[in-house]
Amino acid sequence: MEFKDYYAIMGVARDATQDEIKRAYRQLARKYHPDVSKVPDAESRFKELGEAYAVLKDLEKRAAYDQLGSNWKAGQDFRPPPGGSAGFEFSDGPSGEAEDSDFSDFFASLYGRRAHGGHRTGGGFHARGQDHHARVQIDLEDAYTGATRSLVLQMPEVDGQGRVHLRKHTLNVSIPRGIRAGQHIRLAGQGMPGVGQGPAGDLYLEVEFSPHPHYRVEQRDVYFDLRVAPWEAALGAQVEVPTPSGAVEVKVPPNAVAGRKLRLKGRGIPGSTPGDFYAVLQIALPPADSEAARAFYTEMAKQFQFFDPRSVAGV
Amino acid sequence: MDDEKMLPQASVTILEEQTGLTLIELCRACAVRADSIVELVDEGVLTPLGREPHRWRFTGVHLRRATVALRLRRDLGLNLAGAALALQLLDEVEALRERLRVLGAL
Repeated sequence: MEFKDYYAIMGVARDATQDEIKRAYRQLARKYHPDVSKVPDAESRFKELGEAYAVLKDLEKRAAYDQLGSNWKAGQDFRPPPGGSAGFEFSDGPSGEAEDSDFSDFFASLYGRRAHGGHRTGGGFHARGQDHHARVQIDLEDAYTGATRSLVLQMPEVDGQGRVHLRKHTLNVSIPRGIRAGQHIRLAGQGMPGVGQGPAGDLYLEVEFSPHPHYRVEQRDVYFDLRVAPWEAALGAQVEVPTPSGAVEVKVPPNAVAGRKLRLKGRGIPGSTPGDFYAVLQIALPPADSEAARAFYTEMAKQFQFFDPRSVAGV
Repeated sequence: MDDEKMLPQASVTILEEQTGLTLIELCRACAVRADSIVELVDEGVLTPLGREPHRWRFTGVHLRRATVALRLRRDLGLNLAGAALALQLLDEVEALRERLRVLGAL
């Protein structure tokens, strides 16, 4: 497993005071908190930070970590000393911080993992398992048709010796048709296993759309920039528009201006009240890249000499 | 994977399409006690339908706001008012980003 340099992760010196460590944590936490940050790898940075802080803020854990010596480099292959952190007693109170089960194998090799929800299975203690939250990214097209996604979840599991392992667990989830970004799907009984005969928790999935190169989504409505030629906009035309549910013929009215929205009712995200699809007109100019084209534009300028495109702006 | 064949097919509910989550259901979904949620309602972070706590009905949007507020409080050591302010500013940032996207600048 890889050695983790907790001091480097927190950007503090090995002899930093507990106050300095706390300050560094708060600063970096604000920067990388996944709910706040737009940094692409914020989630993994934040997780790493939480792990580093869990060790360095705790004098006992920090001492055990320091005992490994300062010659280790981050990413170096690490084999825990025999007996792990033998000689150290960890007086773990209820921490309420990030969950240990998310921490690395490196962390687990030094400090072990705590079981979730306690493992007092023998004494007739039953509790409902914890709920799990995850995010799932789908394509806009999936919301039109419905889709199936397999998710890989990591579940802590207690083995015969009472040690906790992370078990990978794959689950097929059918994404219902008509789902929108920001909505949640509840999968009953797919959260953490219960304790004793307690029922399992639920799994909550928050849906988000992967960014689409052509479509924009607002609530149930879908927007598409429809590029038309100047003569199509001026004279009117019948053009084909690609919607997520298939191509549709659309009539561009004569004298159409850029920015005009053509609505295709009910062609947005489906549902009991389906959204609409809007084709937003963009006028695309043919390039003046040949003698003939330039001559044509010059001719046009003569033809429309009284046309003032800026007259509406009052200049 | 050896258990590929017996993949469980879970039963699915879209929360937002339901009539609404009760206080108890929201607490369960956020894994917190009721007073943590009541605080968020008192601070104006969550605005459920219904007057008294036992009549409150929350939506999936509330679930999202509640989880973000609780995470910010826990991870950044924010107090209630701080978390409420952060959420409000995050909403504004999101609205501005959306406008930039519509204008094609993002």
